[in-house]
Amino acid sequence: MTNAIPEVKLAEEQVGKWGMVINQDICTGCQACVAACAMENNVSFVGEEDSGYGRSMHWIRIERFWEGEYPEVKMTPNQPMLCQQCGSAPCEPVCPAFATVHSTAESLNLQVYNRCVGTRYCANNCPYQVRSFNWRDYERPEPLPNQLNPDVTVRRRGVMEKCTFCIQRIHKAQDKAKAEGREVVDGEFTTACAQACPATAITFGRMDDPQSLVSQLAHKGHGVKHLEELGTLPNVTYFKGG
Amino acid sequence: MAYDKNKSEHAHHDDHSGHSEAHFREKHLMLDPLPRGQMNDMVMESMTGKPTWKFWAAVIILGGIVAYGLVYTWARMIIEGIGIAGVNRPSYWGIFLVNTVFWIGISHAGTFISAILRVFKAEFRRPFTRAAELMTTFGLVQAGFSVFMHMGRVWLSYWLFPYPNQRMLWPNLHSPLTWDLLAITTYLLSSTMYLFLPLIPDMAMARDRSTGWRKNLYKVLALGFRGTEGEWTHLRNAMNIFAFAIIPVMFSVHTIVSWDFAAATRPGWNSTIFGPYFVVGALHSGMGAAVIVLAVIRGNMKHMKYFIRAEHFDAIGKLMLIISMAWAYFFFNDYMVQWYGGDKWTHQLLHFHEEGPLGWMWLSMLICNVAVPWAILWNTKWRSTPWLVSTVGIIINVGMWFERYIIVPVSLTINRAPFTWRMYKPGVEIQLGIGTLALFILLYVLASKIIPLIPVWEVQEGQMAHELKKFGRETVVSVSELE
Repeated sequence: MTNAIPEVKLAEEQVGKWGMVINQDICTGCQACVAACAMENNVSFVGEEDSGYGRSMHWIRIERFWEGEYPEVKMTPNQPMLCQQCGSAPCEPVCPAFATVHSTAESLNLQVYNRCVGTRYCANNCPYQVRSFNWRDYERPEPLPNQLNPDVTVRRRGVMEKCTFCIQRIHKAQDKAKAEGREVVDGEFTTACAQACPATAITFGRMDDPQSLVSQLAHKGHGVKHLEELGTLPNVTYFKGG
Repeated sequence: MAYDKNKSEHAHHDDHSGHSEAHFREKHLMLDPLPRGQMNDMVMESMTGKPTWKFWAAVIILGGIVAYGLVYTWARMIIEGIGIAGVNRPSYWGIFLVNTVFWIGISHAGTFISAILRVFKAEFRRPFTRAAELMTTFGLVQAGFSVFMHMGRVWLSYWLFPYPNQRMLWPNLHSPLTWDLLAITTYLLSSTMYLFLPLIPDMAMARDRSTGWRKNLYKVLALGFRGTEGEWTHLRNAMNIFAFAIIPVMFSVHTIVSWDFAAATRPGWNSTIFGPYFVVGALHSGMGAAVIVLAVIRGNMKHMKYFIRAEHFDAIGKLMLIISMAWAYFFFNDYMVQWYGGDKWTHQLLHFHEEGPLGWMWLSMLICNVAVPWAILWNTKWRSTPWLVSTVGIIINVGMWFERYIIVPVSLTINRAPFTWRMYKPGVEIQLGIGTLALFILLYVLASKIIPLIPVWEVQEGQMAHELKKFGRETVVSVSELE
C-alpha cells in the first residue's frame, strides 16, 4: 500500500489501423456516397413509407441542420454520418450474443450478421445512431438483384447492420498485397463512399502510416471527433469552418 | 356465515375498550376460526364446484384474445418481421420492453408479500400468499413473452443461453441482457419452487377430498405428504430457506432489469439511482396488481368473503401508501440530480418529458402514482373498502405503465444525434400487449379451478395460534408463538 497520490492518467490516443477524414466544407450534400454505399454493400431499399417513419437503411447519411425560420434560414455545413468505428465502442459490450465484436486485427467494429438475434441493444447504445435494422425482408424488384455485390452478405429480416469501412475491399487489397509480398500502399483502394465523392470530401486510408494522406489530414490540427467526450475513441475526423 | 350475523350488533362499538367478541371475529380472520373440516370443504367447493357461465365466458373471451393477440399476431410478426410493430430509429425498443419491465414489476409484489411478510411473521398475509405467489409466476411468463417477441430473430433466441456448442461460443457476459436473462431465469425457477412448497399440504388436503382425475393429479403434486411431524419439519425448513433466499434474488432481478437502461450511454438512462428506483416502482405496481387480484377473487369466487376481508385491504393499502411515498422519493432524486448535472442532452430530454407531445403522460404518471394514492389511502375507512382500494390499484398500474413508457420509447426519442429524433407510434405492440394481459388473467382463471387459491393450512395454523379470552368484561386477543 502506498499513500502517494496517483498521477493523472490521460486517455491514451488510440490510433486505429484504418481511418477516415471528412471535410464538411467541401461536401455538397449530393448523396453520391449514400448511393455508392448502398450499391457496394447490398443495402436494402425500404420504400417511401418505412423511410418516412425512421426506418431508412443507410450506412452513411447526409445530415442537414438549419437554424431559424424561413426566410431567415441559416444552414450548417452538411454532415455525412457513418459508423465512427470507435476504438472503445458502446455497441460492443451490450450485445448478448457477440454479434457485434471488435476486430483486433483491423481495429474495426464488426457486425456478424448470422450471429445477430435482433435485440437491437447495440443500436440503442450507439451515440451516433448509425446502425440500421432490417425491419422486414425488403423486396428487390428486377433487375436490382443483378447488381448485388457478391462479396457482401445479403441480410434478412431481424438483423442489425452498419458501415464496415468496406471491409471486403480492405481484405481484397490486403490479399493482393500479401500475394505480391508487400504492404498495402496508400491510395491503392478506398471505400465506396470516398470513391464516389465528386468533391473528394471523404478521404480514407491507413491511420498507422504517418505518411498516408488520411493521417496527415487527421493530424492537421483543427479536426473534430464527434462526441469524443464520451470516450468512444472514434476513427473518423471531421473538418468544418476551415 | 358466522361473521355476517353480528354486523349490526357491533356497529356502535367504536371505543376500543368495549370491543365485543363478535366485533373481533368479524374484523379478523385469525380470530374467526371455523372447524377445519368445514374450511377445507369451503376451499374445495370454491375450486371443484361446477363452473358457472361466467367462468366459461371468461375462458372463451380470454382464450380468443390470447389466440388473436399473442398467437396469431406474434406468428405474423415472426413471418413478416418486426416491421409490423411500431419500433423505429431511434425508438428501437418500444412497448415490448415497456411490457417486459411492467410484468417483471407485477411479478415482484407476489414474492414481496409472500416472502417478506412470512419472514416478518405478519399475520395478515396468511390468506393471500398463494394468490400473490401465483402473480409472480404468471407475471414472469408474460415478461418472458414480451422480451422474446421483441427479438428480431426469436427462433435463434437459444443463442442467449449458455449451452455447450461446437463453436465454443458463449453468451456475452458483458451484456446487461445476459445478466437479465440469467436473473429472470433464476427468479422464475426459484419463485416457482417457492410457490410449490406451501402448496404441498394443500395438495394433500385436496387429494384426500377428491375423486377421479383430480385425485390422480393431486396425488402426484402432494408428493406423498401425510402430515407427519417429520414432513412438517422438513417443509418448514425448506420454506424458511426459500423465504429468506428469494428476497435478495427479487431485489437483484429488478436492479438488473434497470441496468439494461442504466448501463447504457444514453441521456436519461445513465442514472445511478435506477436500481432502487426500479425495485420500488416494481413493488408499487405489484402491490396495486395484488389488490386487484384479491378484489376479483373475493368478488367472484365462492366463500372467499370469509377468507379475504376488509382488514387485508386495509393492510395492503398501508403498504401501498408507504411504497407510493418511497417511489415519489426516488423519482424526485432521479429527476433532481439528472437536472442538476447540467448535461445539455439530459436537459432536452427532461423538457421533452414534460412539454413534449406526451407531456400529458408525464403529468398523469405523477397523479396516478403519487397524488391519487396519497389522497385516498391515508383514510382507514377508505382503505378498508375493497372496490376503492382496487380502483387505486388499477390507477397505480396505469401510472406505472406510463412511467415505463416514458423511460423506454419517450426517452429513446431524444438522443445525442438530433438528426434521428422521431416520434414512436405503436403498431401491433398493442395487440401483443393485450394478449399478454389476457393470458395473465386466463392463467389465474384456470388456476382457480385447479389449485386452492387460499393456503388453507396456513390460515388454520394462524387461527390455532390466536385466541379470544375474556378477562372480566374485557375481551382480549391472546397469541401463542408458533414454530
